[in-house]
Amino acid sequence: MTLIKVTGVTHKYDGRPVLQNINLSVDRGDMFALIGPTGAGKTTLLRIVDLLEVPGAGEIYFDGVRIPQSGKQRLEIRRRISFIHQKPQVFNLSVYDNIACGLRWRGIEKNKIVSKVDHILEMVGLEGYESRNARTLSGGEAQRVALARSMVLEPEVLLLDEPTANLDPVSTTKIEQLIQQIATQRNTTMIMATHDMHQGQQLASRIGVLLGGELIQTGNATDIFHSPQNEQVAHFVGMENILEGVIVANDEGIATVNIDGVAIQAISSYPVGKQVYTCIRPEDITLALSSTKSSARNCFQAKITRITFIGPLTRVEIDCGFRMLALVTKISAAELNLQAGAKVHATFKATAVHIIERKASQ
Amino acid sequence: MEIWDGFTRAIELLVSFDPEVMRIAGRSLIISGTSCLLASLICLPLASLIHFRQFRGKRALISTIQTLFAMPTVLVGLFVLVLFSRVGPLGFFRILFTPYAMVIGQILLISPLLLGFTISALSGVSREIIDTATSLGAGGFQTIWLVLREARYAVLAAVIMGFARAISEVGCAMMVGGNIRGATRVMTTAISLEASKGDIALSIALGIILLLVALIINIALNRLQQR
Repeated sequence: MTLIKVTGVTHKYDGRPVLQNINLSVDRGDMFALIGPTGAGKTTLLRIVDLLEVPGAGEIYFDGVRIPQSGKQRLEIRRRISFIHQKPQVFNLSVYDNIACGLRWRGIEKNKIVSKVDHILEMVGLEGYESRNARTLSGGEAQRVALARSMVLEPEVLLLDEPTANLDPVSTTKIEQLIQQIATQRNTTMIMATHDMHQGQQLASRIGVLLGGELIQTGNATDIFHSPQNEQVAHFVGMENILEGVIVANDEGIATVNIDGVAIQAISSYPVGKQVYTCIRPEDITLALSSTKSSARNCFQAKITRITFIGPLTRVEIDCGFRMLALVTKISAAELNLQAGAKVHATFKATAVHIIERKASQ
Repeated sequence: MEIWDGFTRAIELLVSFDPEVMRIAGRSLIISGTSCLLASLICLPLASLIHFRQFRGKRALISTIQTLFAMPTVLVGLFVLVLFSRVGPLGFFRILFTPYAMVIGQILLISPLLLGFTISALSGVSREIIDTATSLGAGGFQTIWLVLREARYAVLAAVIMGFARAISEVGCAMMVGGNIRGATRVMTTAISLEASKGDIALSIALGIILLLVALIINIALNRLQQR
């Protein structure tokens, strides 16, 4: 059942468009991730959904009710939604007062507030912090106070704006666990904005890609990460190999793409002559020293042009008539003794190749 | 020698808790305290209103308020005198040369200061804090109350500054109070009169008390600013 519906929302700041014709619906209990680079309009969209801002055009529906542009009803609806801001803004009050304020504003009885706050403090692991001034807390602790302050209200919708953007890895893990715990325990509907596509992939049931104020694509993680709708999305979700080509043959859904004179087999229904982008995720490319027998349709002899190490992975840039990037683990890079200038065989399946239409204007 | 003599007599007056000195000092504190309290009750909500409402001429209004920080005390005195004199528009109240007139004068005097500093205290609370409160479901007045609490140290500092200006001014108190012994004589007017009469000792004694009040205020302000 649709809980939040956004139709045709367009918004401008000082004449500069930040959101363009956003259409989005989120079902009750969904965990929706809005991914996009900084400045894509994620925060603005969340602010509009939280009714902090009135969009320049378009409508917001909450639980089937159209939200008016002003008036008391906005406050009533807003009280069913909670918003965790990117930078945790704690009030210059005790931790207890910070968490209790939303309940007091709703006119909840005092003894109920006490028990609710106690319970939520335990949940976020801040027992014993009640009388500490919230301004003296660390970033991770402050974010937990912010989360507790919203969660204690038991909102139907939780909006999270880059909840872990300013946190260290340990605090990030803690916050992510809390978010997941809340999502499963309370069946809270969530919309999370993040520029970290992996976080989106890990936490969300549905993902929307927001680029330059436009919601380009929505779908589940597999759709977004393996079948990006256009070149921009492909770039953003880490398709590092995006090659321009043209379809030269199509045999019942198995297309042959010509890229700088090299033929690549891919699954596609585009007809012969179509200008396309050929996308291959670097982790889908296998490197070997000899041409092994494999079911993969694409196998090329390649020369390594550059190797860089990042954490447990090794980025191998290869040239097989066109340039590609492959990701292999550090261990296999050592086993294969990969070095710049060495010859390798690069293999990938036709199903690992994603074809995007290349429009003439692009 | 006269100064030294006056100083020792002043100390005598202080340590013996001279009834006249104590009465004058007490009256000063009560009048200025009342002015400050009433001015705060008016100015804090008014400042919140000015800060949170968007209206035409808001910047001009705030500039005017800031200009009035430096309003001469005698000008306020003159204004109240004209207003409450027997033939003035509010003359029927018959409060000229009473502590009431002095309180009204001091309220007028310190209101710009209280308004201006409270507005700037509230501006110190970030937009994000206000948005957070709104997100958490605060209504209009609940938001205003939270922001006042967020800025409480700066707001309190504004109140203390207002009190300091009220208790240390002489022009208005003299003009609308009249320095009547036992009725409207406060520390500043007494110092002024006694000094011109040649009673240095009483002036110095009262001067010391005034400075002590200033010192206490200063310590309080410093404490607040360190928070």
